[in-house]
Amino acid sequence: MNVAEHLPALQIVLPLASAPLAVLLRDRLAAFVLVLAATWAAFAISILLWLQVGETGPMSYAIGSWPPPWGIEYRVDALSSLLLMLVSGIAAVVLPYSRSSIEREIRPEKHTLFYALFALCLSGLLGITITGDAFNLFVFLEISSLSSYALIALGKDRRSLTASYQYLIMGTIGATFIVIGVGLLYLKTGTLNLADLGVRLQAMTSHRPVLAALAFLTVGISLKLAMFPLHQWLPNAYAYAPSAVSAFLAATATKVSVYALLRFYFSVFGETAIFQRLPMEDLMLVLALAGMFVASTVAIFQDNLKRLFAYSSVAQIGYIVLGISFDSVTGLTATIVHLVNHAVTKGGLFLLLGAVIAGIGGVTLARAHGLARVMPLTSFGIVLCGLSLIGVPGTAGFVSKWYLILAALEKGQWWLVFLIVLSSLLAVAYVWRFVEVAYFRAPRADLAGVREAPLALAIPAWILVGATLWFGVDTSLTVGSASRAAAQLLGVAP
Amino acid sequence: MIAGEALVLAAFALPAVGSVAIALCGRRPQLRETATLATAVLLLWCTLSLLPTVLAGGRPGVRLFELLPGLAIAFSVEPLGMLFALVASALWIVNSLYSIGYMRGNREEHQTRFYVCFALAIAAAIGIAFAANVFTLFVFYELLTLITYPLVTHHGTDKAKAGGRIYLGLLIGTSMLFLLPALVFTWHVAGTTDFTPGGILQGRLSGFALGGLLALYMFGIGKAALMPFHRWLPGAMVAPTPVSALLHAVAVVKAGVFSVLKVIIYVFGTETLATEASTDWLVVVAGFTIVAASVVALKADNLKRRLAYSTISQLSYVVLAAAILAPLSVIGAALHIVTHAVGKITLFFAAGAIYTAAHKTEVSQLDGIGRRMPWTMSAFTIGALSLIGIPPAAGFISKWFIMSGAAAGGHFAALAVLIVSTLLNAAYFLPIVYAAFFRPLPAGDERQPHGEAPLSMVIALMLTSTATLSLFLFSSPLLQLAEQLVAPK
Repeated sequence: MNVAEHLPALQIVLPLASAPLAVLLRDRLAAFVLVLAATWAAFAISILLWLQVGETGPMSYAIGSWPPPWGIEYRVDALSSLLLMLVSGIAAVVLPYSRSSIEREIRPEKHTLFYALFALCLSGLLGITITGDAFNLFVFLEISSLSSYALIALGKDRRSLTASYQYLIMGTIGATFIVIGVGLLYLKTGTLNLADLGVRLQAMTSHRPVLAALAFLTVGISLKLAMFPLHQWLPNAYAYAPSAVSAFLAATATKVSVYALLRFYFSVFGETAIFQRLPMEDLMLVLALAGMFVASTVAIFQDNLKRLFAYSSVAQIGYIVLGISFDSVTGLTATIVHLVNHAVTKGGLFLLLGAVIAGIGGVTLARAHGLARVMPLTSFGIVLCGLSLIGVPGTAGFVSKWYLILAALEKGQWWLVFLIVLSSLLAVAYVWRFVEVAYFRAPRADLAGVREAPLALAIPAWILVGATLWFGVDTSLTVGSASRAAAQLLGVAP
Repeated sequence: MIAGEALVLAAFALPAVGSVAIALCGRRPQLRETATLATAVLLLWCTLSLLPTVLAGGRPGVRLFELLPGLAIAFSVEPLGMLFALVASALWIVNSLYSIGYMRGNREEHQTRFYVCFALAIAAAIGIAFAANVFTLFVFYELLTLITYPLVTHHGTDKAKAGGRIYLGLLIGTSMLFLLPALVFTWHVAGTTDFTPGGILQGRLSGFALGGLLALYMFGIGKAALMPFHRWLPGAMVAPTPVSALLHAVAVVKAGVFSVLKVIIYVFGTETLATEASTDWLVVVAGFTIVAASVVALKADNLKRRLAYSTISQLSYVVLAAAILAPLSVIGAALHIVTHAVGKITLFFAAGAIYTAAHKTEVSQLDGIGRRMPWTMSAFTIGALSLIGIPPAAGFISKWFIMSGAAAGGHFAALAVLIVSTLLNAAYFLPIVYAAFFRPLPAGDERQPHGEAPLSMVIALMLTSTATLSLFLFSSPLLQLAEQLVAPK
């Protein structure tokens, strides 16, 4: 048996298997080491897959050797390999951080559960990304969702329970819509394989059940990716979850949902069905713009930094959706690049906020007065990530914005160009609320003894901050993979 | 050519590396200030060594890396960038000398942060000066804004915070709203953003689109302080005076007008613009800014505020000269970047010296101060003469070229604006000189005796005022550089 052949299966199996084992071990340290090993292995595998796909093109793996479309197919192409690398990479950074972070935020007897849930959530997210089967995608979506509800509820703050419950309700509605959509497609075509669906649906683009399936899938996935106005669950979930969970979910969960949307739109329904028969472009355009402006404006008036940046996430998802609405290679490149860039930026940001919580016990703006005096490095890191959210050159955010503007110009839509740049000025406003509080206010008396974040928290956070800066300077990985993936999705390149 | 490449890189890297050294020496003020001065001297040596090559028609450059496919961070030294880099690096030395006196004399806090940000700002300014394409220029333009923010808000007071908000809001706002779309559009239309003699847009854009793009660039470059986007400059005057002096007479504002000139000469091309009627509005806007800012300056009692509005007015000289599009006025525009920088930094130095020695900030408090601070006020007088444009100060030369260009191009309205503004300049500067030397000290002032400011400040003042005079006498190297802009070798 050649191990290299089975990398796609191992990508999922390793983290998935580590979850029950972690529970059985019952020892905090052993569970941590096990899940860490599985996560790092998953990251290594995703890199190997990415390299392999870059060399030989998309690859297909038949689970249990049942050939597709009968068996479940795992399919790795430019887009999914990039996402696999992103998700497992973020997990590989967040997990070491969580060991120190949950000491403060989660009761010790729950720690093994935390690691198990983390591994489950990771394998669910990786599964959505790698699978080529519509129902399998739903199953993985549920795995990741259920584990993330539990992860959020682990937070010390009792409000995390309501946040988790809210997310549970909304997420379940979303999942139900998705399964209805998948069911309708199965009814019409008799297949669940995504590629096969794409072929069969071409003949029935005007059939009403197909359009209904599209509608159900759109709404269901939009709930999961927190597209405005279906984002209500997100701010509370991010704000009250344990720090490591906030960071992991903010960086990966919504991004993987965007991936699912892209997959259904472009690989299953193809261009002909949706972007010409239904006014999907306009719909997404309007929702994206509304999200960018409304959520950014709301963010300006938040007093809790985690909520502030959670609303910023909703706005940034607006950029991602905006790129989809252009239905062009440049637009999709913008979407995919921003997906990666925003994941890295927000991941780093929430890790740093976790360090702030560890230092001063909370992240309300009132508490963070003079933060820069007591935690200068952490504050500076938050500012750097904030600059990336604004889109300042030299940071990852600038690259995404460049492609968005270019995509709008290609369509000749000048008004959109101005709306894009105008919304980034709103980002200046909310980022500068932090700057003015942290740098211009005198620290409160009880912050006198506060020290800079411990290395166990600082190193993972700064890895992501470093990546944010790196992807703003060297874009060969992000833009290169994204443009290849965009071309593949639109069928312009193999 | 390898030597040229190395020098270009060194010029950019020196202040950046210097800032690290300054940060490391933070706990030892003597060492820290030595590091600043040493870096500044080395930088000047670098830029001076590049000068002969550029004068001989060489364009040393280096391509660092591609940020996005086809869009590189690249440097290339051409005459205008050479001028700007020379001014910035030469004045940095003098300004560092001055800062040492000022920051110690006023017992300012956070001095290490101050010197670190200063060095980084110079690195960004050099990046702007040597930028080989609009993209590189934009990147360093934005970095310059961010790096100077801690300098503007140095005092950390509510007033500094408010000034910082306006500073950042207007500069980031205009550059994001207008400059970035202009840049992407240029790339979209021309497929390149390289600065090319003759421009890159000829035959690709015309009519409304060309005029619109010009508007995006002109208002997008908020650092040029074209009205109505000028408010950041007076707002930034809350900064310590050395910051106002170097950044808001030299590095930041000159980066603005420098970018305007670069864009007009190397992106649009003067010939392309001359054939388009849709671009004439720029003369009007610049002319309006010149006169309106002068009128505001006339009324301002706060000395730094008066200087700030004078700067706004003088910056638009450069924009106006560029907009006239005549070869002579383009030479004048390039020269004015230098002459105004030297003259205005002298005035700011004087204002800071007065504040340090006498704690006076208002024009109406300056009666008789010339007798106590003769050196300072003599330097102030020379700077004022230069800004008005009276020989033997350097300002005369650049004004001469601008006006000749306006006359040659038949822009008599522009000529009239320049004459009116000269009168206004005289009206807001000469009363200060008169009051300082010929009015008696106000009663009660005898009880607070003070002399000149600390020595290092006076030396800095004397250096820049001497430079103001000597640039009038020895202007040929500058002229040679500027002439290459209109008649490339």
